[in-house]
Amino acid sequence: MCLAIPGKLVDVFDDHGLKMGRVDYAGTVNTACLEYVPEASAGEYVLVHAGFAISILDEQEAQKTLDLWDEMVEAAASEGMDIFGMPLDAQDHARGSTEELP
Amino acid sequence: MKYLDEFRDPDIARKILGEIRRVTTRPWVIMEICGGQTHSIIKNGIHQLLPDEIELVHGPGCPVCVTPLELIDRAVAIASKPGVIFTSFGDMLRVPGSRKDLFMVKSEGGDVRVVYSPLDAVKLARDNPDRHVVFFAVGFETTAPNNAMAVWQAHREGLDNFSVLVSHVLVPPAMSALLSSPNNRVQGYLAAGHVCTIMGWEEYEPIVEQFRVPVVVTGFEPVDILEGVLMVVTQLEQGISRVENQYSRAVRREGNMPARDLIRRVFEISDRKWRGIGSIPMSGFKLRAEFAAHDAELLFDAGAIQVDEPEICISGLVLQGLKKPYECPAFGKECTPMTPLGATMVSTEGACAAYHSYHRHQLVPDVTS
Repeated sequence: MCLAIPGKLVDVFDDHGLKMGRVDYAGTVNTACLEYVPEASAGEYVLVHAGFAISILDEQEAQKTLDLWDEMVEAAASEGMDIFGMPLDAQDHARGSTEELP
Repeated sequence: MKYLDEFRDPDIARKILGEIRRVTTRPWVIMEICGGQTHSIIKNGIHQLLPDEIELVHGPGCPVCVTPLELIDRAVAIASKPGVIFTSFGDMLRVPGSRKDLFMVKSEGGDVRVVYSPLDAVKLARDNPDRHVVFFAVGFETTAPNNAMAVWQAHREGLDNFSVLVSHVLVPPAMSALLSSPNNRVQGYLAAGHVCTIMGWEEYEPIVEQFRVPVVVTGFEPVDILEGVLMVVTQLEQGISRVENQYSRAVRREGNMPARDLIRRVFEISDRKWRGIGSIPMSGFKLRAEFAAHDAELLFDAGAIQVDEPEICISGLVLQGLKKPYECPAFGKECTPMTPLGATMVSTEGACAAYHSYHRHQLVPDVTS
């Protein structure tokens, strides 16, 4: 019910006095109401829930989350350990390796 | 797809799992509130990848699951009236009422339609001036601004043939109610990322203050959920409790101000009955008096329909995180997604349906509890 999907805002138009836009979800284009992201402009990524954009996605914040983990790996490697706290030359991780996540 | 694929990266997920293993020294019980997160956790097997010390329990954050039986009966009554076009998100159509669901009304000739946005229902009212269009306004804070906008727009256009049947519930009062329960097992919360996209996280600060539980605003992809778990466990292990935001690409502290503003103009806070939990004071929204002309419950005099919940399934205990779906004697037998006895089996976000879809064959009932 609270599902929201990121998509790229293609254009902006008016419909019965409401700010609307077309949003591209990896090739599928649908309209969304933009009244709650009044500053959104074409080319930006918005999060859409039930036909309404509810947030403009923050690229820097997204990158921060991902960079943090890259840094952690490097920091661990510089100490000769992997992220699991095992020596880098150890083949098997303690407590069982994790199976593939989908 | 940008903003999705990178948060499904198995390498990153494995790194976070390793870090969770490293910091966990004791057993902890963490609840994810949101049904969307429950679905993602079970689908991706996250609950099985976590260290044995960490138990994830599934919360009441599935609007379909917590909508009380009498609301379904009211929807069925209104949808059965001649001249009505009854509109809803698709997942409400199969929820069993006392005697019927909305699909049955449709099969008996009622005009029941699935819409993608409440504004589609407003358009139907605009295009069908001789019919009355009702939208089933169900949901948490994420959905409330959309439904508020539909009412606002219909009011602005003078569409007196548009109304909403409101069953809106709020997350923070439910979290407080669960933490106040003598049976509470929850020691930390993953807060619902999209609810917080709208409302921000100021409302969670008093909860953290009062109950001393960590609350981490969390997204929906595997990397998000694992990072949320790591942030909660890190707080628990350090003996601290505060509100943190894992989902910073979408959520700001104040939430979405234009959305909050319109919610306030159209709705007011009211007591709400939750299926499986009971009445929780000040835990939902109702329409403000100035929008009474768009209140389907008043227009169709459906408020009088009151029903008690049948004791046919343990969904109430599942919704409170006290039981797992497979601990129900009916799970996978009398009760399946095709023949649901309770709402947690109807919605794909319900814990029972998630367990049934992804690994009903691997489950053995836990005889230790």
